[in-house]
Amino acid sequence: MKNGMQVLETGPLSTVQDLGRPGHAGIGVGLSGAADRGSLRLANRLVGNDEGAACVEVTFGGFAARAVTDLVVAVTGATCPVTVDGRCGAMNSLLRVPAGAVLRLGLPATGLRSYVAVRGGVIVEPVLGSRSTDLLAGLGPEPLSTGSDLPVGLPHGDLPPIDFAPVACQPVEELRLTVVPGPRQDWFAPDALTALLSQPYTVLSESNRIGIRLDGPVLTRSREEELPSEGTVAGALQVPPSSRPTLFLADHPVTGGYPVIAVVVAEDVDKAAQARPGMTLRFTARERVAE
Amino acid sequence: MRVLPCADLGLLVELDDLDAVRALHAALAANLPPGVTDLVPAARTLLLRLDPRTANPAEIEQFVRATRPVAVGEQNSELVRIPVVYDGEDLDDVAKLTGLTRQEVIIEHTETEWRVAFGGFAPGFGYLTGDSTKLEVPRRKESRTKVPVGAVALAGAFTGVYPRESPGGWQLIGRTDLPMWQVDRDPPALLRPGVRVRFEEVR
Repeated sequence: MKNGMQVLETGPLSTVQDLGRPGHAGIGVGLSGAADRGSLRLANRLVGNDEGAACVEVTFGGFAARAVTDLVVAVTGATCPVTVDGRCGAMNSLLRVPAGAVLRLGLPATGLRSYVAVRGGVIVEPVLGSRSTDLLAGLGPEPLSTGSDLPVGLPHGDLPPIDFAPVACQPVEELRLTVVPGPRQDWFAPDALTALLSQPYTVLSESNRIGIRLDGPVLTRSREEELPSEGTVAGALQVPPSSRPTLFLADHPVTGGYPVIAVVVAEDVDKAAQARPGMTLRFTARERVAE
Repeated sequence: MRVLPCADLGLLVELDDLDAVRALHAALAANLPPGVTDLVPAARTLLLRLDPRTANPAEIEQFVRATRPVAVGEQNSELVRIPVVYDGEDLDDVAKLTGLTRQEVIIEHTETEWRVAFGGFAPGFGYLTGDSTKLEVPRRKESRTKVPVGAVALAGAFTGVYPRESPGGWQLIGRTDLPMWQVDRDPPALLRPGVRVRFEEVR
């Protein structure tokens, strides 16, 4: 590895992610990519990368890596203490990590997933055009472990004129997410959508990059027959036989056989990816624009 | 045709049957409207995945409704031959469920020309359909936690081959050594939508 960093600590889960592998659904390969796509794009813009360059997605902090060469990095997403050789650095800003120095992310105060962009981008071997780790499909690089090499490409283009991006604070206890009812709200009893839109749901600890398991009021079906499997999207609120919804994230299955009562709008899927176990989610409906 | 919303992330087009899905899929794949990032065919639906930053769902819906489905050629697509040892754990159950003998199940499976309808479940898993209805069986009541790689199985109107070891609820009738998925092969999946398949018994 000529240029890059070496992983010292990973925390609970650190993976390489970019914007995923579109176009392969026909052979059972999902999009995957960063769970919070907006934060990955921002991290890349700060260091002058293409916005889809591969970054490290750090789940719940605890990541440390030693620079092999002089690096320029930015950390976005879940707000956590960032240090370079023990010296504090800021989130959402340009940080210089000299060769031999250790970049470290502590436990996030808010949010769940932080993104580390390195100028030049992480250039581990791509699979089907993407460097993302898809945990459900078992595609892409293995999750990072101590000693993993993170080779970094050559930068192209100038650094942007700003070296800091203002970012809204992440909520601590309650997150409001906008949904559009459907595609299968007609498979549910009329009071199911009312319950979804009026009652709080709690994020369960079984949540991961595939989906957020939720506890809360049951969503009763009006049609009991089997739904033929159909394509699904990130943000879908799929209701399995437990009658409690699962909110699909980046590594969700390509197709699913349970009805989706509503779908979280794209920008709020990013927010959902920052929801920690124990947090409350509240869903608000946005009707489809009339045509 | 019904077009159902998936927020700003997708449009789920509901169609009459698999042939209609194939025909619309073929037409849209040849002329992908701007803002559509992926097409996900399934048994009765075609999902259009959208780039929420560039797609206009209303315009795309109009585009879909105005699209003339393309009749999918039945003869000229690639043919894959899959050698199978028919010794699956559920072969006797399948025989019972279909009213056939074990040998008749094998004959029906090998004499049918199958076609990959769509993918899903796992990379390289294809849902194969054929003209015969004699092999229609329900899924197993209890799913297995581990189905071995290469297992050849039946469920509903479909047959398929497990591309890797995974949980599964289909009825296992045999196994093949032919790899369904090799990530360094181009394309990595042997069974892609439209590919024709013949199973051949080996002992």
